[in-house]
Amino acid sequence: MDELKRTPLYDLHLALGAKMVPFAGYEMPVQYKLGVMKEHLHTRSRAGLFDVSHMGQVILRGDGAALALEALVPVSVAGLAEGRQRYGLFTNEDGGIEDDLMIANRGDHLFLVVNAACKEADVARLRKALEPQGIAVEYIEDRALLALQGPEAEAALAALNPAVAEMRFMDVATVELCGAEAWISRSGYTGEDGFEISIPESAAVDLAEALLAQEAVEPIGLGARDSLRLEAGLCLYGHDIDSTTTPAAAGLLWAIQKVRRADGDRAGGFPGAEKILPEIATGAATARVGLRPEGRAPMREGVPLFEAEEGGEPVGHITSGGFGPSVGGPVAMGYVPAQSVLPGTRYYGEVRGKRLPVEVVPLPFVKQTYKR
Amino acid sequence: MKFTEQHEWLEIEGDLVVVGITTHAAEQLGDVVFVELPEPGTTVSKDDEVVVIESVKAASDILAPLDGEIVEVNEAIVEDPGKVNEDPEGEAWFFKMKIEDLSALDELMDDAAYKDFVG
Repeated sequence: MDELKRTPLYDLHLALGAKMVPFAGYEMPVQYKLGVMKEHLHTRSRAGLFDVSHMGQVILRGDGAALALEALVPVSVAGLAEGRQRYGLFTNEDGGIEDDLMIANRGDHLFLVVNAACKEADVARLRKALEPQGIAVEYIEDRALLALQGPEAEAALAALNPAVAEMRFMDVATVELCGAEAWISRSGYTGEDGFEISIPESAAVDLAEALLAQEAVEPIGLGARDSLRLEAGLCLYGHDIDSTTTPAAAGLLWAIQKVRRADGDRAGGFPGAEKILPEIATGAATARVGLRPEGRAPMREGVPLFEAEEGGEPVGHITSGGFGPSVGGPVAMGYVPAQSVLPGTRYYGEVRGKRLPVEVVPLPFVKQTYKR
Repeated sequence: MKFTEQHEWLEIEGDLVVVGITTHAAEQLGDVVFVELPEPGTTVSKDDEVVVIESVKAASDILAPLDGEIVEVNEAIVEDPGKVNEDPEGEAWFFKMKIEDLSALDELMDDAAYKDFVG
């Protein structure tokens, strides 16, 4: 096995008492001293600092970069205003999803953030498609990425530079923090208001320490990051979405703007368009839904879902599940036949040989508090 | 108190043995969110899976430490699984069992041996 990589905050994680685990080729903190439950609740009530430096940061530079990127994603990139960010998907020829990502228009370039486990494939995909058109694809390896999330995130970051308070959900800006040039977006993956901050490696520890020095801010590990995004109804690539799930099945059609749909000015032209666009009208065979186990037992990824308490074959399965600390009980997401997605529909998840009732519920499980 | 290699503690209480998990085990599990206990009256053999415990991270089984009969279970930890993290070697006991021969406990680790075992 290859040696695990470390982020610029590795020593700080250890000093903070983190329990480190291998994740996507990196040694990452799964929890700190508070533990997953308290870290989760702290993020929802105050502010949590996450090291997400393992994620991939990529710059696309050159005339026509936005239009060129549209050949890989069913997203309106050319229609993305300067200083704004939007969610996107890399699709494949079968209409499946190769990765999900954030795309920011930072004026003279596009800034992408992609998943850690997919970043090498994503960079290769970008180079192959864009470099022949004269677009430079720059994989950023000398910057850390931190997320600051929660209702007190704005106050905590504004204490270092008040300019960030002006930003609204999905705005991006260049701001000086700890004497370094930070690229900030007002976004995150917890359902809370907050920021993602790209900063030169050399200033990453200073920034983390300046934020953690504030009473409202605690370091938060990957364990709570997962339960926070699950409660927020957000997909985890490789679990809730993958190369076999289409945007329609995944409930991600909102990420495909009108201009890229059939009859749009820039309809299609991305991998799998001939599968993905018709599904907007016809619907997919399966659909991702929120699921609330009726008992207390968590239902985790892989649990098969049945229509009846006895007999029959599985009709779906859970793709993410666990305990939702803010919900105060088990929560899950999974795929079921698209004709039975109405809230209140009951399925049975098989856990340890027993079929336990689970109800389809609307996503998200908690109210999103983005600052629009 | 006696200890098993599965990180259970056992304590004699009259003619019964009280069983729970150690502080070390509770720390390793992380926040406990779900506990499923056996029915009182269940006869068990050593290493039978008798309790299911789920933390925020994963599900684990607790094995019967000895042959015997489960006579009482602690419903308080089903109602509030967080107690397992708060007081694993006290209030958050799991079950009480009746065993044929209490001398079977002599085979288990004592406090010093368990401390060595977990390093």
